[in-house]
Amino acid sequence: MPQVDTILSRSDHIGTIGARSGIQRDTYSITPGLYCVGRPTGDSPVLVTANYKLTFDALRSELGGVDVWILVVDTRGINVWCAAGKGTFSTEEIAYQVRRAGLMEVVNHRELILPQCGAPGVSALNLKTACGFKGTFGPIRATDIKCFLASGKTADEIMRSVTFNLLERAALIPLEIFLLLKPFALTLVCLVLFSGFGPDIYSLDRVLLRGGSIALVTIMSVLAGAVLVALLLPWIPGRQFWLKGLLLGILVAVFTVLRFLPFVGWTAVIGMALWAMSVSSFLAMNFTGSTPYTSLSGVEMEMRKGLAIQIVSALLGLFCWLAGPFFL
Amino acid sequence: MQEFRYIEGAAILKLDKTACIGCGMCEIVCPHRVFKCIENKATIVDYDACMECGACARNCPTGAIFVNPDNGCGCARYILNSWLAKVTGKKPAECGC
Ligand code: SF4
Ligand code: SF4
Repeated sequence: MPQVDTILSRSDHIGTIGARSGIQRDTYSITPGLYCVGRPTGDSPVLVTANYKLTFDALRSELGGVDVWILVVDTRGINVWCAAGKGTFSTEEIAYQVRRAGLMEVVNHRELILPQCGAPGVSALNLKTACGFKGTFGPIRATDIKCFLASGKTADEIMRSVTFNLLERAALIPLEIFLLLKPFALTLVCLVLFSGFGPDIYSLDRVLLRGGSIALVTIMSVLAGAVLVALLLPWIPGRQFWLKGLLLGILVAVFTVLRFLPFVGWTAVIGMALWAMSVSSFLAMNFTGSTPYTSLSGVEMEMRKGLAIQIVSALLGLFCWLAGPFFL
Repeated sequence: MQEFRYIEGAAILKLDKTACIGCGMCEIVCPHRVFKCIENKATIVDYDACMECGACARNCPTGAIFVNPDNGCGCARYILNSWLAKVTGKKPAECGC
């Protein structure tokens, strides 16, 4: 039986950075099966979790000084919440791992403590029929697990409510940025290349001036839509994400006009402003996938309007920006 | 989570009170505290907090709860992919989250 440490090592922390930034995200998993923390006996509780290493680390680092079993199920290296939504953290999978580990012989009781955020995928009732163990939903956060165990397996309202505080939002940003890197670099290269066209066909001076300014505006819009929206989420007015992003995009647009109008002329500067608003709005809308409070119906609803406006505004913006040198 | 409110009336969530036996599972599993059991019947106390995660419906022993079943992933990328798939007639690509 593998024994797990409740203190994270240096390589665990380095791995966390790697996974959070997206560098080794897909392969960051651990072997499914039964693990022990401390010196568990046949009466010790069994905690169920996913085989995403960050999830596992978050759990074990909260278990100092207690004796418990951890049953790790195979979610293909994805956290409990997402795996439950995708159906890999499921009643059947847990039942399968219970049988595989021979849990019946290891413990005397017939109870599994499930993470509450796995509830979209697991029916506690069906679990009992599937493997003989009844499921009890524990708290949402691993930090509350000791408290939950100590209080006779009860969780208060706070332990049962999901949170999305500044720290939790900030932790999502590196991955957002990492996923954007490729399309972002590609867009930037295209924009800079096209910035040289004008009445005299092509000029490097224009690449420097116009290419440089559109690159700066694009970077600012990405920061506004992907970073600032995430950080400032509760304080940006409005509920729909595309509008939140648009609002910050308007700030970038105002800056763009004030800063670049003397250099690139009205047509191009309006184009850049429209572009900034579309980029920021689109990225903000994308952030819905990382929040724990947006419903699919709601996202679909806002996307219908938001996406159409973003596409029109982006195309119009790019057109104006390309046409700029011909009109001024 | 009261500082985070999403679009009002957007979520698809239905509770059939006649089928409810007041077991309290929905109240336990909901991460947004949408349900409260009052006098042995579940009641929706905060409809607009629902994010359609489906936890309540999955754990209701009598099938008294209906939630928008298309809970692919709930992210913009997933919806975009499924729209693209409708146009191209292919299977939607994974959203990667
Ligand atoms: S779908 Fe999720 S958020 Fe909505 S009421 Fe059910 S458990 Fe709560
Ligand atoms: S889970 Fe179903 S039966 Fe139980 S209280 Fe909720 S609605 Fe009623």
